[in-house]
Amino acid sequence: MYFSSRAEEGLTIEIIQIVGFCLIATFLALIIKEQKPAFSFLLILFAGASIFLFLIGKIQAVIAMLERLATNANLNMVYVETILKIIGIAYIAEFGAQITRDAGQGAIAAKIELAGKVLILVMAIPILTVLIETIITLLPS
Amino acid sequence: MPYDVNTIFQIAGIGIVVAMLHTVLKQMGKEDIAHWITLIGFVLVLFIVITLLEDLFQQIRGVFLFQG
Repeated sequence: MYFSSRAEEGLTIEIIQIVGFCLIATFLALIIKEQKPAFSFLLILFAGASIFLFLIGKIQAVIAMLERLATNANLNMVYVETILKIIGIAYIAEFGAQITRDAGQGAIAAKIELAGKVLILVMAIPILTVLIETIITLLPS
Repeated sequence: MPYDVNTIFQIAGIGIVVAMLHTVLKQMGKEDIAHWITLIGFVLVLFIVITLLEDLFQQIRGVFLFQG
């Protein structure tokens, strides 16, 4: 389990590791940016992806806890699944938008964010429908 | 550790070496070779990054989207 006391001790070390990693990446990117901006972009992309990859394991623990809670509360798993998918879309869109904005393409980043928003809205349609139907049944006819 | 500091130094090293070769070849007057070397270095780094990115997207898909 991630939430044992030993793992908590490890987390403080891990944030130091991550900050050190980021500082190294930033420094190297600054050096290369003068010569080859494209390499600098790829370097930053690599750093971001590896940190995200590192955090995914932690997020997985939280998600597993949420799922366990939902199962214990006898929730409909479809809704939990939809919410998790929405969180996933938000993370991916944020990652892509930040990387793209860093490379100087603010317009593309805005489009990525727009796509993320629209997709989240579309995924929320079933939940919204159920909500509105519930409210309508509550209303006295 | 899923991430690797060595790889980031590798990418930076490739970038610096390519920039150096580009400058040297340009001064020797072989601009076309210099451009090819830049392209090859770029593809090499792109391959490293894309491999990691593919891994990342698979992980995200597994955690959030409930697919393989």
